[in-house]
Amino acid sequence: MMTALDIFLRLAAWLLLAPLLPGLINKVKAWVAGRRGPPVLQLYFDLAKLWRKGVVLSTAVSPAHIIGPAVAWIAILAAALLLPVGPAGAALSFRGDALLFVYLLAFARFSIALAALDTGSAFEGMGVAREVSYAVLAEAAIITALLTLCVQSGSVSLATMLAPAAGAGAALLAAGLFGVLLAENCRVPFDDPNTHLELTMVHEAMVLDHSGPPLAAILHGAALKLLLFAVLLTEAVLPLGKLSLLQAIGALGAAVLVIAVAVGLVESLLARLAFRRVPLLLTTAFLFCLFALLVAWKGATP
Amino acid sequence: MSGAMNLLIGLAMGLSLLALASSRLPSVIRAAAFQGMILGTLPLLLEEKFHWLVVAVALGTIAVKGFIIPNLLRRALRAANIDREVEPLLGFVPSLLLGAAATIGAAALASELPLRPEHAKSLLVPGAFATVVCGFILLIARTKAISQVCGYLILENGIYLFGLLLINSTPLLVEAGILLDLTVAVFVIGIIVDRIQREFDTLDTRKLTSLRE
Repeated sequence: MMTALDIFLRLAAWLLLAPLLPGLINKVKAWVAGRRGPPVLQLYFDLAKLWRKGVVLSTAVSPAHIIGPAVAWIAILAAALLLPVGPAGAALSFRGDALLFVYLLAFARFSIALAALDTGSAFEGMGVAREVSYAVLAEAAIITALLTLCVQSGSVSLATMLAPAAGAGAALLAAGLFGVLLAENCRVPFDDPNTHLELTMVHEAMVLDHSGPPLAAILHGAALKLLLFAVLLTEAVLPLGKLSLLQAIGALGAAVLVIAVAVGLVESLLARLAFRRVPLLLTTAFLFCLFALLVAWKGATP
Repeated sequence: MSGAMNLLIGLAMGLSLLALASSRLPSVIRAAAFQGMILGTLPLLLEEKFHWLVVAVALGTIAVKGFIIPNLLRRALRAANIDREVEPLLGFVPSLLLGAAATIGAAALASELPLRPEHAKSLLVPGAFATVVCGFILLIARTKAISQVCGYLILENGIYLFGLLLINSTPLLVEAGILLDLTVAVFVIGIIVDRIQREFDTLDTRKLTSLRE
């Protein structure tokens, strides 16, 4: 009974808090630009509106077009449940769940890509090709980051991996994971979430043909993924496991807020990178994680 | 003490990778200069007791590597009216990956070497190897004379880092001689850059292979 309540509370927290993060980022961007900006709760209104609308389907699509976003949304939510929250641990935890975490995120991307390819539009295919080619490099970085945490703690379970502080390599790991966060969530140096110009869209091109509830699932899934990466980054760097539950939740909230402000500032101050420069930046993020791994390995064998 | 030193050497290793990844000549020059300045402060940290000779060497290194040489290079860049883009023979991502592989290889190699116990924990040896190899990559993989000079500077920084192992037995005269050599070399290269520019209207050193009598 207690575990059911625990899982329910966690699910509610993830689902309800996730759409807050894009609103915060937009507020920071508006604030830097001197505008008033949309309200922080804008994404909640958008999701409610989309949920009430009907679905417009092309005659060419198969059921995969609808199922894809739903499967992706569930996969991201399952990955979120694997992440521990400070001393409370994760809702689901077993040996090797770090691998499942990586695969769930990859599966979510695969489902959305499949749903996009299902429309048969060449334009969506282009979006998918771009998104997946970024993901190849970003995944190398995140797997290296998880490997670093494995080497540091000598464990392959997220609950014990994320508990201790990352030590000397923490700054490197934070820089690498922040780069991955920006790339995976299609934020500015890699992709512009606001653009709807055909030639420059990456993620937006992929979800162009979705409407109504499936689009709501995709948008909510994207917000969830942003929160997921922010929590992962925080827990990989800060020793939340050593604090009491209330302190840990407070520190986690503050850190996620700082990350949201940082993303907003990056988006306001940086221009989007030229397409051919993106692999260089992703390689840099990968190298940050790799050097964190080197520091962890050198630290382990004195 | 050794923690601060390792941090500085780590920063210098990062800067040589930054020089490999940057696509503009001024930022490559800035990375090489900043690296020289960081390494110039190391003798102050390495020496336990304060000695005016060590301070003089550190100040001289910082002045020459951080200010005089970069200014000479920037002047050459301005005078020869060079396009600021770096033209790589080997792309940025492959050269960055090569540099990272060299850094990891240097760390692995240094742990195999029979070092003296006081040097075993410090990053001096791996940092020296990594910086030398990164300098070599920059030297080989870029076509413009200015970026090759920066590769040469980074290479020299690596050798200097290696020389810090023997800081107690290196006379000041040797240090001063090395700095003088370096300045003269960059000076001469500045003149060569100007000549190449006048002769070929470009700084691409590949054109030099077509020289005839």
